[in-house]
Amino acid sequence: MDLFEYQGKQYFARYGIPVSAGDVATTVDDAVAIAERIGYPVVVKAQVQVGGRGKAGGIKLASDADEARVHAGSILGMDIKGHVVRRVWVERASDIAEEYYASFTLDRAAKRHLLMLSAQGGVDIEEVAAKDPGAIVRLHVNPIEGLSEAAARAAAAEARIPERAQAGVASILVQLYECFTAGDCDLAEINPLILKPTGEVHALDAKVSLDANASFRHPEWDEFAATVELDDRERLAREKNLQYIGLDGTVGIIANGAGLAMSTLDVVNQVGGSAANFLDIGGGANAEVMAGALEVINSDQKVRSILINIFGGITRGEEVAKGIVEAVSRVSLRAPIVIRLDGTNADEGRRILAEAGIPESVLTSKPTMLEAARAAVAIAGR
Amino acid sequence: MAIFVDERTTVLVQGLTGGQGRYHGLRNRAYGTKVVAGVTPGKAGQDVEGIPVYDSVADAVAATGATASFVAVPPKAAPAAILEAARAGVRFVVCITEGIPAQDEARTYATLQRDFPGTRLLGPNCPGVISPGKCNIGITAGEIALPPSAEGPNVGIVSRSGTLTYQALYELKQQGIGVSTCVGIGGDPVPGTSFVDCLAEFQADPETHAIMMIGEIGGSAEEEAAEFIAANVTKPMSAYIAGVTAPPGKKMGHAGAIVSGGKGTAQGKMDALRGAGVRVGLNPTEAGALMAEIVAGLRR
Repeated sequence: MDLFEYQGKQYFARYGIPVSAGDVATTVDDAVAIAERIGYPVVVKAQVQVGGRGKAGGIKLASDADEARVHAGSILGMDIKGHVVRRVWVERASDIAEEYYASFTLDRAAKRHLLMLSAQGGVDIEEVAAKDPGAIVRLHVNPIEGLSEAAARAAAAEARIPERAQAGVASILVQLYECFTAGDCDLAEINPLILKPTGEVHALDAKVSLDANASFRHPEWDEFAATVELDDRERLAREKNLQYIGLDGTVGIIANGAGLAMSTLDVVNQVGGSAANFLDIGGGANAEVMAGALEVINSDQKVRSILINIFGGITRGEEVAKGIVEAVSRVSLRAPIVIRLDGTNADEGRRILAEAGIPESVLTSKPTMLEAARAAVAIAGR
Repeated sequence: MAIFVDERTTVLVQGLTGGQGRYHGLRNRAYGTKVVAGVTPGKAGQDVEGIPVYDSVADAVAATGATASFVAVPPKAAPAAILEAARAGVRFVVCITEGIPAQDEARTYATLQRDFPGTRLLGPNCPGVISPGKCNIGITAGEIALPPSAEGPNVGIVSRSGTLTYQALYELKQQGIGVSTCVGIGGDPVPGTSFVDCLAEFQADPETHAIMMIGEIGGSAEEEAAEFIAANVTKPMSAYIAGVTAPPGKKMGHAGAIVSGGKGTAQGKMDALRGAGVRVGLNPTEAGALMAEIVAGLRR
């Protein structure tokens, strides 16, 4: 789960990381009231989960209430690369002497935590990595040993962060590591991490991605989940507890298992079609789940055909077949189904489908993934 | 021969009295796996269809001499269960549990490395391992796998994805090709056993004559495998990588498959494997057909 900047800063603050005084607003009046409370100058920042908001005019400096009103008014409702701005973060403007970069992630190859630290922050860090890889210090941290203040200090020195900022940076690194581990982040990133002319070090931005598997021990995440932006299809899928990602094509996809679902997208693409979604009904899916999946696909206006690709391991063919029969009787499907059913009890499943008397204009069965994809793409292209 | 498990492997199931543990534990036994014990704290003295249940892994090992553990407990309890098995001296632990926090996985792996280097963990969030005709630990439907033949050639399979693992077994069975061992390493961020671990074992296994590998987008495990193959694997290989058309930056289900920047793309992985001499199919059926060609060549 990716957090908005304001949520990331609130999360950082829980772990003691210094951030600018500020608050979030959904209306112009609220934004002005926040600015009046914290004092000028303030920065009004669009809250969207997409890069490049500064260039798009989504970050503005205001030195009085009138300016705050004008900027909040122009930013709220603004469309930034397809993301509508519903909230602004208003914070006290900071004087900046220098900008650094710091992040923690998991390095899958090393199976260790990875600190990346650079004295060249405030810019696209991938560009720095490409042009001047030596400018980024990489330090692996053993998850059962953790990050010591001394190791953080050494990393700051190695990154050629000026001596007067090293203690402040090291202290934030230790706090950020605590946020990353105890806070169950997939990513905790500060860019820029700034040095003020007065000598304090401080997080000016926050990129936090949380590990959904850990939500059981973080009741405080509930408020973050409430602001996740989903389209209507994704909201319906979430209600039905399905792994769904909306895409832009015309072939609706239902498969069991993330790997098989991805593979189905690939095969549809190979035979000249385009997928409308990724939908994994998981292992052990029963009739109810299959019917729910078909409802979600059916809510997508762009879908011209539906490809169901099931290989039964734990999922049983007869359960899948029952779900399809039930769904066909319950909802009026917007597009014909092509199904490929194989694996555990597939014969039984095919028999149930054949005996249900569903017309061929509604459902056809194909023996292989490739043939099923061809048929579904042909129907979508009609 | 086979890798990791064979007809001598004796298995205890942690969580045998729970829904998943019972269902799959009994299925594994029905397949012919020697399931000798179950472990559920507080339920010592009970049995599940004749399989005795013990309070701890140590008790189960002392009573039955089990050599492998099948962990089928919920995410909150799984890391402790894995470490309990290792502490009791179990050398091979299969964990199918889905949904363990990544931080817990990282700590569990690091603890195994430091304190129990002799214990191999397969998973978490994996379908398990099957040496067809000998031993099946996990959730694979055993009947879709063809046992190896004495004369060969037989294929070893290693895969990051559950359903694509079944697909691969099925494709080979359709072609009449036997499988020595099929290992599902799982798609979580910190898998206990990697592609490289399995490739090294298959390379050393006399019963395995060719290797099929199934990867997916995200991470760099396939790229590392390609490097290892180029330097160490002489047996012929085919492969398939899922996710060529996956939208960048989207997380696909439980796969932990995140594409970031130019790294971890399906194309990059396919190129790396081709560079190492692996024949790469564009879909699972094509990878199966390529393996059939390889096997036909070996038979000649």
